[in-house]
Amino acid sequence: MQTEFTPFLSLLGGGLIGASAVLLMATHGRIAGISGILSRILPPASKDQSLPQGLIFLVGLLLAAPLWIVMNGQAPLQTVSTNLPLLALAGVLVGFGSVLGNGCTSGHGVCGISRLSGRSIVATLTFMSTGFVAVLLLRHVFGG
Amino acid sequence: MKNLVTLVSGLLFGFGLLLSGMANPAKVQNFLDLFGTWDPSLAFVMGGAIAVTMPGFWLVTRRSKPLFNTVFHLPTRTDFDMRLIAGSAIFGIGWGLGGFCPGPAVTALPLAAEGTLIFVATMLTGMAASKYLLNRQDNRV
Repeated sequence: MQTEFTPFLSLLGGGLIGASAVLLMATHGRIAGISGILSRILPPASKDQSLPQGLIFLVGLLLAAPLWIVMNGQAPLQTVSTNLPLLALAGVLVGFGSVLGNGCTSGHGVCGISRLSGRSIVATLTFMSTGFVAVLLLRHVFGG
Repeated sequence: MKNLVTLVSGLLFGFGLLLSGMANPAKVQNFLDLFGTWDPSLAFVMGGAIAVTMPGFWLVTRRSKPLFNTVFHLPTRTDFDMRLIAGSAIFGIGWGLGGFCPGPAVTALPLAAEGTLIFVATMLTGMAASKYLLNRQDNRV
């Protein structure tokens, strides 16, 4: 399905994501990596003192959409697949892979690349490539 | 104050994801669909974010320490191991199949689409499983 090309909104939204990451670095000295923040609150428990701050950050993330609805009077545009077994599989892969690879789009893709981390550049190129192949197979080979 | 700043950064991050279209799986999948309904918007999200973080990180890490912490927690590893490559490869497959990565999935959770609820549940399970296996492996060595 077609989506509208939104260069300005996307650039602006990206800027907000960047501002959030800089704020977190300036105040807590931490990388805004969502998979890291999520995995630290999950069992098995780790000896990490950043846990309460991670939870507060997640509360902020969760409040964004409700606040958006209050401000704009409508929900943000979103189309989620109704193929539930596929989404269940995708979730497992995203969760397992991001913890194994020490990061996801935010930690490697934004924060790591800005620090010119070789590991993050390799990670980003890797997940962009396999993501591209996954969509290619899903849409053009198996015709999902 | 400290907690308020953290809450605001979470909100900013979520708003950025919503505004940019990253929280819409169809848009993410279209970015990855070069041979179909390609939507290059996501490149602008990354560009916009990096345009802020690159100078921003450089500027703030020149200070001796962060405002509310004693040190900057910056990753120091520079090696490329199988874990990094395999993990990122697996992550990318899931990202393509579902159109969600962790931040947008959490942000979209309150919109309560059935697919999002399932995705977040299995994502957290996958994370815990990965963490458990890595812990076990680390303890053995």
